[in-house]
Amino acid sequence: MRQIDPDFLALPLRRLADAALQRARDLGAEHASFRLERVRAETLRLFDARLEGSSDADDLGFAVRVIKDGTWGFASGIELTPEAAARAAEEAVRVAAVSAPINREPVELASEPVYDDVTWVSAYKVDPFDVPLPDKAALLAEWSSGLLGRVDHVSASLMQVKEQKFYADTAGTVTTQQRVRLHPVLTAMRADGDRFDDMRTLAPPVGRGYEYLTGTGWDFPAELAEIPDLLDEKLKAPSVEAGPYDLVIDPSNLWLTIHESIGHATELDRALGYEAAYAGTSFATFDQLGSLHYGSPVMNVTGDRTVEHGLATVGWDDEGVAGQSFDIVREGTLVGYQLDRRMALLKGLGRSNGCAFADSPGHVPIQRMANVSLRPAADGPSTDELISRVERGVYVVGDKSWSIDMQRYNFQFTGQRFYRIENGRLAGQLRDVAYQATTTDFWRSMEAVGGPETYVLGGAFNCGKGQPGQVAPVSHGAPAALFRGVRILNTAQEGGK
Amino acid sequence: MTDMVTTPQETVERALALSEADGCVVIVDEGSTANLRFAGNTLTTNGVARSSQITVISVAGAGVGVVSRSAVRADQLADVVAAADRAAREARPSEDARPLVEGTAGAGWERPVEPTSIGVFGDFAPALGEAFAAADASGRRLYGFAEHSVTSTFVGSSTGLRLRHDQPTGRLELNAKSADMTRSAWTGVATRDFSDVDVAALDETLTRRLDWAKRRISLEPGRYETLLPPTAVSDLMIYLYWAAGARDAADGRTVFSRPGGGTRVGERLSTLPISLHSDPARAGVECAPFVVAHSSSREQSVFDNGLPLAHTEWISDGTLANLVQTRHSAGLTGLATTPQIDNLIMTGPEDGRSLEEMIASTERGLLLTCLWYIREVDPQSLLLTGLTRDGVYLVENGEVVGEVNNFRFNESPVDLLGRLSEVGPSEQTLPREWNDWFTRAVMPPVRVPDFNMSTVSQAS
Repeated sequence: MRQIDPDFLALPLRRLADAALQRARDLGAEHASFRLERVRAETLRLFDARLEGSSDADDLGFAVRVIKDGTWGFASGIELTPEAAARAAEEAVRVAAVSAPINREPVELASEPVYDDVTWVSAYKVDPFDVPLPDKAALLAEWSSGLLGRVDHVSASLMQVKEQKFYADTAGTVTTQQRVRLHPVLTAMRADGDRFDDMRTLAPPVGRGYEYLTGTGWDFPAELAEIPDLLDEKLKAPSVEAGPYDLVIDPSNLWLTIHESIGHATELDRALGYEAAYAGTSFATFDQLGSLHYGSPVMNVTGDRTVEHGLATVGWDDEGVAGQSFDIVREGTLVGYQLDRRMALLKGLGRSNGCAFADSPGHVPIQRMANVSLRPAADGPSTDELISRVERGVYVVGDKSWSIDMQRYNFQFTGQRFYRIENGRLAGQLRDVAYQATTTDFWRSMEAVGGPETYVLGGAFNCGKGQPGQVAPVSHGAPAALFRGVRILNTAQEGGK
Repeated sequence: MTDMVTTPQETVERALALSEADGCVVIVDEGSTANLRFAGNTLTTNGVARSSQITVISVAGAGVGVVSRSAVRADQLADVVAAADRAAREARPSEDARPLVEGTAGAGWERPVEPTSIGVFGDFAPALGEAFAAADASGRRLYGFAEHSVTSTFVGSSTGLRLRHDQPTGRLELNAKSADMTRSAWTGVATRDFSDVDVAALDETLTRRLDWAKRRISLEPGRYETLLPPTAVSDLMIYLYWAAGARDAADGRTVFSRPGGGTRVGERLSTLPISLHSDPARAGVECAPFVVAHSSSREQSVFDNGLPLAHTEWISDGTLANLVQTRHSAGLTGLATTPQIDNLIMTGPEDGRSLEEMIASTERGLLLTCLWYIREVDPQSLLLTGLTRDGVYLVENGEVVGEVNNFRFNESPVDLLGRLSEVGPSEQTLPREWNDWFTRAVMPPVRVPDFNMSTVSQAS
């Protein structure tokens, strides 16, 4: 197992925490936490195998959060001295005082065991920041060059993030953590007459190291070899006839539908209205916990911050709560929400399930998404077996466009590839396809989920939520699944063509 | 910079002096922000934050190295510059390489940074508290977010540039809901300092709209005559602007690609005298008058840092006039160098009627509040999908007669330009969907005879 980088541990973590927490105590705060973070992000972009741009940036700073007289106060700083940390504590208390006249709901937190000086490092082998940038650019250029000639253009990018967090609070918890994630993407483009289209790799973003690009966890050369022919077929494919179809959805597409229609819909802050003016609320209101018929009996959904290589996986969250796994939907019924410490106590749910996260030292922790995943059936069918059950349908592969309303009812998704299913067999690609549904109708129409061999962990780096806006990485596991009678749109007709 | 002895200006000078590359650009961004967030007539989160970031762009031949670091101490500066110099030496040639922009010290270079603080809400917070009390008393709930930030950007180069821009940005979103959460109304304002924000007046507007919503009318999906207020227009036009990159158009990837090759610059998009433009000096939406590029992409080039920006017409008198260009892409496309600017202004005919007059002259149509969750479905047509939000009102015989259900729409803003039947006078507005990234917009209300409401959304 890798260790936390010595240069992060060499920062004055304890001295700053002690100074901030002591000043918060002296000023009468009921609770205070200190968080010091360094988030480093490097991105490379190539077009037609030539370097188009790169960036290598970090975000280093600390934050102090207090509860004073039942009101939150938050301040962050960038000068890594005990004096500046103490000043931030004073400022956080001052922010609480300015805010007190508009706070009508005293803040209290659910209990959590104390974790004294614990550490956690995510599962990776090769730190991508140890690999020289020219080497990474050369690999992307080699992959791009392999496609050029068979397609017109290739764009390639590689995003890499290393996140280091130190957390301490007045209860005595002290945690130090480090995790790494990366996302390589290649997109091939080609024109055929007046038609132009593209096709992107399906390789998901992962909580792995650079080994992901060299054969661990994904076979990039194999995927890239298939793309020119797949794109050629897509360009020649007929336009879909709009109407209801049975769908077999591949996990490379279904993860995003899970994210939007289950992940966000079961965030308790949304259900309670904290996001009402921005990200929105949820149709899955709190009074329906334990009774909402979310989906069919084969629908079992968990949230976790523990799965290996998961993008939302941590040792402890940004309120000092240990990472856990929990049920959200059991046999089609809503049984749980994603929580932070305040909401867990407010709604009488006992302990938080560890979903507080801040994306940077300058932002306050809010409830963010765990790895929310649809469970496969233990002895479930293969993807081919699911397709064999469909007379007239569409097989959906890869994600692309997505949109869902502010209560998570109505959604519309497109994909990378759509295949016509006729009498249980694939019968070539289709163009101009989008599927549109209401969340509960869609999940109630799920007739079968695939077996463990169809299960893939997908995800995204950039889930947005909160004001000021924050982005969070999150993974979603899904098997292939069969849905009956879903509305398919023809996007060209929708555009008036 | 975190060393209190060092000013941003001194940091720029020291970094430039440390660089051993052929050329160097140094950007220092000093940021400060304060915010209040509230839900259900009470505060939920708040905070103040400071940030300090240095970006060193080193050039060695045609290679470029870019390193950005935050909270850098004076004694760490040499390492940051050395890392950028090394990256430049090792880099593959950059295709956008051009001579660095030359210049001299601009106005105000030496002035100290003036950060914002929680005190910016000194008058606003009590007014908001009074609005909470009034909402409590009348069975309404207020939700929203207030944020003020100031970013001071310093750009220096080995070719003599010493440019500085101070950008204040403020926004307030106010959302009122009935106690049972079935009725919802929204308004938002962009502001430079919160001194011009009248919470009571905004709350009054929301109260009137919640009253409109007391009568509920169900409508089926279909194409409807629709009035879009300035905020809804801004969210569609901002997406159009973001899709207006010259390189992607020239490569055949976008709605602005000409079939068979080239771009659609010069093609008429609307028969109405519509202008879509940007102007860094436009009063109320002032923004940086020179290029600030922290990294190169298809729409910007680090080599263009410091290039002056001026009034730029993207659509002029209904005709596509320019696309977003770097010097490199302008060379490829043979068009003018027109870099992206951080504001967007749309205007129509000089005698356009106000939104109220447009409502009064509507026999039967929909009046939207705003659009939400806008995403691209097809880049070739710029078909966008999204939702109506926080109030869709039915207008009959010149009056609002009730609220209808929300819809999912599928529309292309480029196609819409060709179908607009009326464009009103422009005003500063806050984009609902994109205000995390883009707040400086001046837009008109418009009438669309046949807006495509693809399906009904149950959201309220």
